[in-house]
Amino acid sequence: MKFAITRAGLVRAGVFFLVLVLVPIVGGPGWLLNTLTFTIMYAALSSSWNLIGGYAGYPSLGHVAFFGIGAYATAIMFNGSVYGGYAPFLMLPVIGIGVALLSVPIGWVSMRTRADVFAIVTITLLFITQTLAFNLKEITGGAQGKSVAPAPFDVATYDWPFYYAMLIMLATAMAISMYFRRSKIGLSLATVRADEDKAHGVGVRVTAVKLIAFAVSSGLVAMVGGVWAYYVGFIYPQFAVDPLITIGMVLMAFLGGRGTLWGPVLGSFILVPAQEYFAQAFGASQLYLIAYAAVFLVIMLFLPRGILPSIAERLDRRRAGAAGAARDNAAAQVAPMPPSEVKVVR
Amino acid sequence: MSENLLEVDHLTKRFGGVTAVNECSFTVQKGTITALIGPNGSGKTTVFNMVTGYLKADSGEIRFRGEAITRPRPADLYRRGLSRTFQQARIFPELTVEENLVVAAGYNSRQLFGRRVSDSDRDRATKMLGEFRLETLAQLPAADLSYGQRKLLEFAAVLMSDPMLVLLDEPTAGVNPVMIDAMEQHIRERHAAGVTFLIVEHDMQLVMRLCDPVIVLDQGAPIAFGSPDQIQKDPRVLEAYLGS
Repeated sequence: MKFAITRAGLVRAGVFFLVLVLVPIVGGPGWLLNTLTFTIMYAALSSSWNLIGGYAGYPSLGHVAFFGIGAYATAIMFNGSVYGGYAPFLMLPVIGIGVALLSVPIGWVSMRTRADVFAIVTITLLFITQTLAFNLKEITGGAQGKSVAPAPFDVATYDWPFYYAMLIMLATAMAISMYFRRSKIGLSLATVRADEDKAHGVGVRVTAVKLIAFAVSSGLVAMVGGVWAYYVGFIYPQFAVDPLITIGMVLMAFLGGRGTLWGPVLGSFILVPAQEYFAQAFGASQLYLIAYAAVFLVIMLFLPRGILPSIAERLDRRRAGAAGAARDNAAAQVAPMPPSEVKVVR
Repeated sequence: MSENLLEVDHLTKRFGGVTAVNECSFTVQKGTITALIGPNGSGKTTVFNMVTGYLKADSGEIRFRGEAITRPRPADLYRRGLSRTFQQARIFPELTVEENLVVAAGYNSRQLFGRRVSDSDRDRATKMLGEFRLETLAQLPAADLSYGQRKLLEFAAVLMSDPMLVLLDEPTAGVNPVMIDAMEQHIRERHAAGVTFLIVEHDMQLVMRLCDPVIVLDQGAPIAFGSPDQIQKDPRVLEAYLGS
């Protein structure tokens, strides 16, 4: 029953979100809220990516295309005015659903390939989107970029709406992840990830669940992009469709643990502050990227499946040591089997 | 009454210059346990893969329940009552034993949004696990099972959708003699309950006591068809197996 909602799980989520909700109210150094907003943004992106990249095992490298589309949607719609300040937030569900629908044919074509080929195919999606952003000058402003009208928020609490919007996006992505895991969508996705051919052979609705995961994942990423565009206020193609954003969300999920609820969050809360810190420490040089990569390599070296799965495995092994005898007894009771058979092949 | 559940008509498959299956025709009658035997490389698994939609035939026709399968796809065929197991016991190791059964039970698109394992799913899975005496293992990850148990689990899983025809690819290969008996017993029980079987198997003793009729394949085409007694006396079969 590892997917049940347990009291411990609720407490964990409750404390996590309560602390984050309280941060702006309690206050702190000026940089804190800004850094946290980006950390939470990456946690939301990575959790959304995890739906298709983690649970379904389709490592998309093109998700920043949807991020960019969401960002441009916001910039284009609210180029002249933000109508009191909250309209761009209220528009997000529309952007999310629109992009989710748009992503269905893209997912349908690209998910005819698998694994590394799929990763390459989705990279092309990134570059196609970036090229379009450059060349559809009438709509996107081309290399000149596009700005969102300034938000009329009070200076003292200017960051708050964006911070809370990102937090709501993270909560939504995690809630959907939880729902996937507890429904037959998640069960089906697990079979797709483990052995897609066999999944077909037992009648799993493979195409349907893959498309659901892809569309929901893309829609969420686009919504985060919408919040981001409003927050940064001005976007242009290399910035809104930046390969580093794709790499960021993928790395963070790998680091924390793909296909886990908290892995992408953990990965983001390690990598984003680390990146900020190194950028400070090494100044404007590109050295910080090397340090950033080093953190990632060291963790992957020691915990190759990501932090959470590796830790869980170690705990399991320790527990298995104690429970091993009991399990062997249970297995031995399954009658037609001499002891030699019990232990064999993995 | 003899009704053809599966008809394979002039099926051909080439891999490069090699003709793995050559104008192969045979039928599986409803209510039988039909064996498909032949020396290594005679095309048995290739036939299986084409019949279950895992491999596209170069030419020929497959009819299941009287209808031509023009575009065979594994999931469609499974829902229509044709299921299979694999030589290497393919199960989903990360899922629990129970979930391995639930996922194979076949559900419609709307149920996709329902609970991972509903109460009725659990009842059905528990019943099946009980038949296979795996009920104590229901909540373990399938990765923890022995190879023989995995074979049983895979077999139990494909039965969850109440199939009409089950194709078993070497159900007893690599499992111990006690487990072979258990597997045989399960096949007999299911056969008595109305399921038709087509079995690829190398254990000739098992084939001869369990199956009737037996189809012998050599170099991609049937060379003999008949009861176990007839097959054992057929000089062509001896020649195919032993060489001349």
